[in-house]
Amino acid sequence: MSASTEPRHEPARRIQYAFTDEQEQFRAALRRFLTDKSPTTEVRRLMATAEGYDPAVWRQLSDELALPGVHIAEKYGGAGFGMVELCIVTEELGRALLCAPYFSTAVLAANAILNAGSETQKKSLLPDLASGKRLAALAITEINGNWDPSAIELTATPEGGGYRLNGTKSYVVDGQVANLLVVAARLPASDERLAIFTLDASWPGVERRLLDSMDPTRKIARIDFRGARADLLGSVDGGARAIARTMDQAAIALANEMMGGAQVMLDSAVAYSKMRVQFGRPIGSFQAIKHKLADMLLDVELGKSAAYYAAQTAATEDREWPAMASLAKAAATETYLRTALDCIQLHGGIGFTWDNDTHLWFKRAKSSEAFLGDANYHRELLMQRWGV
Amino acid sequence: MSNVSEAEVRAEVRAWLQEHWDPQMPLVEWRNLLADSGWGMPQWPKEWYGRDLPVGLVRAVEEEFAALGAVGAARTGVRLLAAATLLEHASDFIKKKFLRRIVTGEDNWCQLFSEPGSGSDLAGATTRADFDGANWIVNGQKVWTTSAHHADYGILLARTDWDAPKHDGLSFFVIAIRQPGVDVQPLKQMNGHASFNQVFFSDAMIPPEHLVGRVNEGWKVAVTTLAHERRGADGMAPPVKRGGREGRIYVEERAELEIANEPYRWYPQRAGRTDLVIERAKETGANTDPVIRQEIAKLMILSKSAEWTARRARAAQRQGRPQGPEGSLGKLAASHVARAAARVHTMITGAEAMLTGKQSPREGIIAEILVSVPAVSIAGGTDEIQRNIIAERVLELPKEPRFDIGPFRNVRRN
Repeated sequence: MSASTEPRHEPARRIQYAFTDEQEQFRAALRRFLTDKSPTTEVRRLMATAEGYDPAVWRQLSDELALPGVHIAEKYGGAGFGMVELCIVTEELGRALLCAPYFSTAVLAANAILNAGSETQKKSLLPDLASGKRLAALAITEINGNWDPSAIELTATPEGGGYRLNGTKSYVVDGQVANLLVVAARLPASDERLAIFTLDASWPGVERRLLDSMDPTRKIARIDFRGARADLLGSVDGGARAIARTMDQAAIALANEMMGGAQVMLDSAVAYSKMRVQFGRPIGSFQAIKHKLADMLLDVELGKSAAYYAAQTAATEDREWPAMASLAKAAATETYLRTALDCIQLHGGIGFTWDNDTHLWFKRAKSSEAFLGDANYHRELLMQRWGV
Repeated sequence: MSNVSEAEVRAEVRAWLQEHWDPQMPLVEWRNLLADSGWGMPQWPKEWYGRDLPVGLVRAVEEEFAALGAVGAARTGVRLLAAATLLEHASDFIKKKFLRRIVTGEDNWCQLFSEPGSGSDLAGATTRADFDGANWIVNGQKVWTTSAHHADYGILLARTDWDAPKHDGLSFFVIAIRQPGVDVQPLKQMNGHASFNQVFFSDAMIPPEHLVGRVNEGWKVAVTTLAHERRGADGMAPPVKRGGREGRIYVEERAELEIANEPYRWYPQRAGRTDLVIERAKETGANTDPVIRQEIAKLMILSKSAEWTARRARAAQRQGRPQGPEGSLGKLAASHVARAAARVHTMITGAEAMLTGKQSPREGIIAEILVSVPAVSIAGGTDEIQRNIIAERVLELPKEPRFDIGPFRNVRRN
């Protein structure tokens, strides 16, 4: 898929259990690009920087592969594909552990604008995100670390034609490099409804601080808003729904990203078990190892099935899709962490060293565990969404 | 025949059915027509009661049958596994003698592979067949034989050479069950049902022409049976037919299905009945317990993911893609689902999980789940064997060192 020249694909009306040939080709092209651009030497170099990404690679993945706008309609400057293609991208990025502000710009911020923005706002904001010219971040969660939007306390007070934001956001992925901030806030006491706002990160009253993240490949920031001026995105009426939609789409994209990483952990464990010799035989010939690897494979395939299915339901606007978002995130959370832990275990002592690459994915698994809500949170949400 | 279109096949079978289908016809008479026309088993060869139809078009034929409510060939029990094996390996004499009566349902079949001493290690069979100059004489014991008490014939794996290595001393036979040297006894399971039999052979006789394939090459033949069994593992119980259809033929078919389905009555419980979990949680009030809610969610995530994994495998197969790992995982996934389901059912049921029978929750269904689930991770290949298969065939890990090489006579066994 050369995203810019191919005709726009209508979203499939039915759940597909296999990727199309075009989607497989897209994935293959993407994988070649990422193998070339994001070897672990690059991951290690970039994760040690404050910015956390390579602008040249970002430009290439924007210009050559049109990735930031893969799911954005052509009239807003995107490639016009949908949720399934977006999730193929995040799965491959999770696999390559690419250090880039993709999840923040394309998945979180762009979707928030798509879900909440007026037609005029979408036309003015999205083309720059789709082309990769502008980086954006979505600020939802606060110091309390609660991913449920009902916990939002940051206030937006009407003033003149706009609003003033007061409060603190935290765990803002790529908040330190974003130029456009998309912020979920609560109207003052008389109203209390939630809405989404946008502002330029360089405007007065915005103070950003890069946090020390355990997973250095995913940069997170804390942002203080002290009377910062912001524009309402869309309408107040649609705010809560747009936030919920955005979070659910993000959970699905993250679940796919996580399964890309889990597959690497499995492949690495299998490869090492074939190579490593102890007691005169490859450790992969011992049943204790074989059975663990078979279980890991089952785990990974089940998790992928959930992640792919959730993406399909979102792409087709299936009635169940928000429930499937929680299902997929809960499944991926358990699977990625377990697979990464087992991968370390199968490597033995070397697996616990800094030089061995396993910890890069393990740390991504850890940060993904909490990011957007942990497994318990999403299992409870699933039960509620199923009416249990 | 391979370039025939689906539309042509549908038109042809529809025309044939319109001419011949009669719900008042005796079942066997109708099925003889199916055998003659090849429409009963259209994927079989033309010379053996089929039409050489590509497997991909069989579904279309079945749909045309279903549209009219027309009864198909007999498919109960292991008859189709036996038939597939015979088609591939047996002499024309055997095919001629048995295949038609398999299609018509006149003969019932059973599979005589597992033994008390060789479960997972099927090729370690010690039931012996010795040639006395005129016949093969069989001695030994088979176990876990479904429906042997209804069977007329069985497919038998028996040792014919004790000096050859394990896999090279086995032969494959068709054996008549209704003879003095064969004693069929029910085997009562821990859940109270007796779905299987033990079959004892003492000087049972097999005529030489009932050997399938060559002497001592029986393992290869058994592998064909096992491959078909694995492929059709989900369809072990015959499809449920809708009731309410009038005509003599349906009465006869129902009687046939009732006998065939009897051993499988507890199979839904064996799989864990995830379908009951949420309604049980609501009816007991367990749905307000946050811990149980988590456990229900875990179970349902597992169960749904397993279902989608199976669908992914089928979708990939339909697109003609090489089979991915998702295809080999179903059995192991089903074990996990069943175990998790039994755990959750127990949590939901509380103290009542100590009860059984009609007075217990859901008239004993819950209790039956709890005492039937342990079968899932054993029957049809234990979880441990499944993991070995997945590890060696899918992940291509090196094999374990073997201790069962050399003359079978010297191999350590039970």
